[in-house]
Amino acid sequence: MSAIIDFLFTDPAWPWVRMILFLVGAASFAGANAAYLVWCERKVAAYVQRRPGPMEVGPQGLIQPIADAVKLLCKQMLSPIPQADGILFRIAPVAMVMPALMCFVVVPFGDLLIPARIDLGLLVIFAFGAFNVMSLMLAGWSSNNKYATISSARVVSQNVAYEIPMLLTVVTMIMVTGTTDLGTIVAQQSGGFWHWNILSGIWTLANPLVPFTFLIYFICMLAETNRAPFDLAEAESELVAGSFTEYSSMGFGLFFMAEYINIVVGCSVATVLFLGGWHPGFFPLPANPWLASLIGFGCFCAKLYTLIFFVMMARWTYPRTQFYGLLNLSWKILIPVALVTLLLSGVLMKLTNLF
Amino acid sequence: MGYFGEIYSGAKSLVIGMRITLDQFFKNFRGNSNVPYPHATLPIPEKYRGHIIFTHDPETGKSRCIACKSCERACPSGCILVEGEKKEGETKKSVTLFELNFTRCSLCGACVEVCPTDALDFSKRYNLAGTSKAVYAKIDLVEDLKKRTQK
Repeated sequence: MSAIIDFLFTDPAWPWVRMILFLVGAASFAGANAAYLVWCERKVAAYVQRRPGPMEVGPQGLIQPIADAVKLLCKQMLSPIPQADGILFRIAPVAMVMPALMCFVVVPFGDLLIPARIDLGLLVIFAFGAFNVMSLMLAGWSSNNKYATISSARVVSQNVAYEIPMLLTVVTMIMVTGTTDLGTIVAQQSGGFWHWNILSGIWTLANPLVPFTFLIYFICMLAETNRAPFDLAEAESELVAGSFTEYSSMGFGLFFMAEYINIVVGCSVATVLFLGGWHPGFFPLPANPWLASLIGFGCFCAKLYTLIFFVMMARWTYPRTQFYGLLNLSWKILIPVALVTLLLSGVLMKLTNLF
Repeated sequence: MGYFGEIYSGAKSLVIGMRITLDQFFKNFRGNSNVPYPHATLPIPEKYRGHIIFTHDPETGKSRCIACKSCERACPSGCILVEGEKKEGETKKSVTLFELNFTRCSLCGACVEVCPTDALDFSKRYNLAGTSKAVYAKIDLVEDLKKRTQK
């Protein structure tokens, strides 16, 4: 037995074992999140409206997500053939989930818990994040349904409009941190919570407007993941279910999963870029690297789920915007402010280099 | 309102909205007034008017009804049918048939008011359902009382 363990944990086999472990870990993390964030969402919605929420299946309705998953898996996937484009119709949900899962490859969950530490980590996330638009468009178009088509048109213009301020804020942060490697970005923010990028930019004068940068990122993330108040793409009260009106069974389930995974990824990036990643900020980590990773993972999750909580609260607080309101917000407010922060941090960096 | 004024007032309204929903959210942890309906129910008010039933006389274990037909006459909708007979060895008549047509009853309470022996009262039954009209077109109060006394 120990011989097998020795073989698995030493060099020729270890990189593969590590890869498989991370694959299983990331996939189960994503699946568990997708299932239980639905439960959280329902509870948050209920509590905001002073209801108890799901209570019947298991204590506090905790088994409800499993029951829902079993139900979705048992159903038949109907496709509106011959009107629909059958192949694209089946590819779209997969093309939605896969890029979302791929983003987990570079997310640093803890000191030693980075599946792959690559120099262009941030770029990888935004590259795969951009796939989301195309999959939704494919889904809407291949369904041959007018609501789905309207929805996919909305998705494209919305995501294109919000990609710009989002990437502007990310460029600002890349200028401040000087790297796109997420592991290094987190390592730079070690120490007390005042070293986190959301605060350190103010006192190091690298980017004094960094709280606004964070807000713009957060708003753009809501819009990119098609969350309320920017959920025009799947406005239930107007467009049935948006791009995935025609989907049933696990095809629908995959879209739902991908949506929640995208939220997790977006909030993970916010945590890494602005809130110090897995650094606790209030107490030092223990010396043992594995223990430190575990506590770091806990801190990461605490920050991640706090952000997700506010994403959910935003959904149940703010009414849906109209389409021109959405685009006005992007082009008239977010892009100018993001540009100002970008310019300001550029000028300040140049000035501090001069003296 | 200028450009910055608009941003300021917009942001302020967002903060106020978020504060209200957060407030409501955290109030739930101090308890809320929800009743998980099928598992628990609110107490039915004393004056609730369900369909009429016979009151249960604790001395005889039977109905106090003397089949005087006052309720039948008093009913404005004509939805009560009473029959009675005088049994041997008893001074009063006793009821043998009391049919209520609840599909026409307007719950006015004239029958309960007019009853000389307080034999009628409102029930607290509110979750009524049946698969045919006949179930509520003929509610047999005598049978109903029998069932209740057996329990």
